[in-house]
Amino acid sequence: MRVFVQAISVLGPGLAGWGASAPILAGDAPYVTADLALPPITVLPPAERRRTGISVKLALSVGLQALEAVAMPRDTIATVFTSSGGDGQVIHEICQSLATAERDVSPTRFHNSVHNASAGYWGIALRSHAASTSLCGYDWSFAAGLLEAAAQCLADRKPVLLVSYDAPYPEPLNGARPLVGAIGTALLLGCDPSSSDIAELEIALDAMPGEVTRMTSDELETLRANNPTGRALPVLSALAKGRNREVILEYLDVGTMKLKLSFAR
Amino acid sequence: MQPLVLSNLTVSSSLGIGLAATFDALAAQRSGLAPCTFETAQVDTWAGQVDDRNLVPVTGELAHFDCRNNRLAQLALQQDDFETAVAAARNRYGAHRIGVFLGTSTSGIHSTELAYRRRDQTGKLPDDFHYAGTHNNFSVARFVQARLQLRGPASVVSTACSSSAKVFGTAARMISAGVCDAVVVGGADSLCLTTLYGFGSLELLARGPCRPFDVHREGISIGEGAGFVLLERADPIPADKPVLLLGVGESSDGHHMSTPHPEGAGARAAMEGALRSAGVTPNDIDYINLHGTATRSNDAAEDKAVFNLFGDTVPCSSTKGSSGHLLGACGVLEAAICAIALREEFLPGSTNTQELDPTIRVRYLLANEQRAARRIMSNSFGFGGSNCSLILGRAA
Repeated sequence: MRVFVQAISVLGPGLAGWGASAPILAGDAPYVTADLALPPITVLPPAERRRTGISVKLALSVGLQALEAVAMPRDTIATVFTSSGGDGQVIHEICQSLATAERDVSPTRFHNSVHNASAGYWGIALRSHAASTSLCGYDWSFAAGLLEAAAQCLADRKPVLLVSYDAPYPEPLNGARPLVGAIGTALLLGCDPSSSDIAELEIALDAMPGEVTRMTSDELETLRANNPTGRALPVLSALAKGRNREVILEYLDVGTMKLKLSFAR
Repeated sequence: MQPLVLSNLTVSSSLGIGLAATFDALAAQRSGLAPCTFETAQVDTWAGQVDDRNLVPVTGELAHFDCRNNRLAQLALQQDDFETAVAAARNRYGAHRIGVFLGTSTSGIHSTELAYRRRDQTGKLPDDFHYAGTHNNFSVARFVQARLQLRGPASVVSTACSSSAKVFGTAARMISAGVCDAVVVGGADSLCLTTLYGFGSLELLARGPCRPFDVHREGISIGEGAGFVLLERADPIPADKPVLLLGVGESSDGHHMSTPHPEGAGARAAMEGALRSAGVTPNDIDYINLHGTATRSNDAAEDKAVFNLFGDTVPCSSTKGSSGHLLGACGVLEAAICAIALREEFLPGSTNTQELDPTIRVRYLLANEQRAARRIMSNSFGFGGSNCSLILGRAA
């Protein structure tokens, strides 16, 4: 499948937006870890804003940042959200409450527990009726989302916004499913080339194992290896470098996803 | 879209284990709902529970996938020669050319609910808790992929109650993009305390069996089950008049997390999308299997959306009075019900609906009708405003 990357964003520890992160990911500036800073989601009505936790804020933030310089009306863009665990804080609070005698599950907490909560708030924020899906592919959620977004983009001949995000669970779930950092990234994919494209992206699956692309910085490699959305970092790094190259992502238990990035300039 | 053949399908729920039992229950308008006795739940409601005796543990190499949700998936896979059909497809296309795209809303979260009760003094979860094989949403796809010995692409759609309808859209796109030659779609959702207490807190649970479109409807009955469909290209269309997937429409409400758009704007967009995708008009649809959850707001909004698009001539019904609301698995259950209706040439009536809401304007079927339909629509709408409509038809 061949698609075109039209916009990018990233947020994570030490990755404060695409503008600030591109030189770091390209290897031109040092990576300095820092707490994830999320801007307020001003597009959400205040009542809804109060109901959202870090996962939803992260997803909405990267999605909105990717579309900042895009001329298309945001409410018409189809979206693919992908995450291994969704809003882990909400899930933890529900399981904790269900282990008590009262079993008091608040209505807001329950409707926020759905895996598509981010997509729901995205729709509410932008009053969007566009198609939206929410995927999970465990450690391979980013690759699963990229495959879906590209296929949808080509099938419908319309741009698709991919939003990948993963934040750690609180304890004790974090002990059973340890993640490092809270990372989000968004890519706007188009089906036809245009002068404003950042890169051409060719996606192919291989059912055989292969050598996956790693990050050269140890800190970034730790994020890549320990956060499902961190698995996107080699792709972002290649996009930041702007030189033609192939990136190999691990895909499911045995296979790989090969991404060929080409730059016109 | 290019039509796809449903070359094999299977479904298991409180209505019955496998297609034949499901058809028998539908033909008799028998309901699988009963007072909820799930685990330790103290919730005053009815549920469509699958008999625990049918839920055999997952053992052997795949034992780490053992949880109620995957036991349901395992049960469903073993019916209707589904695994044989997939094995044949595997030989035909190769294991890496067959995708697995499944829907679930709560996966094996019940295992986590139980593990939280067994935390040690330091608050740690027990060592035998296996997150990836149970709780994580991807678990069911990974389990099914391993069991069916498939090595193609896989993912789980988790968009609440539209999950296992939307996977039909994913399948169509993957086949159209040339990524897959065949796809296993479907899903599983199982009873858990999260949904029983969660829907309870939203005051959306009926105390008795749910009564879709009834004037006295008071909410849903949660059900559980699993279903799978093997989809392949319809070129050439096999001679035995198979059921085809003709169209898929997906949309968002953009309105509220747990309440549908009052005018059904998102629902209408999904139905229009499905009609466009199938290249047909409202007049070409012979029956609509409504989402029809039996909440006051869903049924009222869906009635408006359907009436505004189809008028009052197309027969419609919800089958949730029979099965309960399978949440992430209702899409595939109802797609299977539509396939049964097309094959057996009847339109299912609405079990448990006693007094039709007089404000309802669509042509709502209370009793089964003997009629051969050519094209049927199935609606699935979920929390977060996620909507999906499918169109299935019988090859001429």
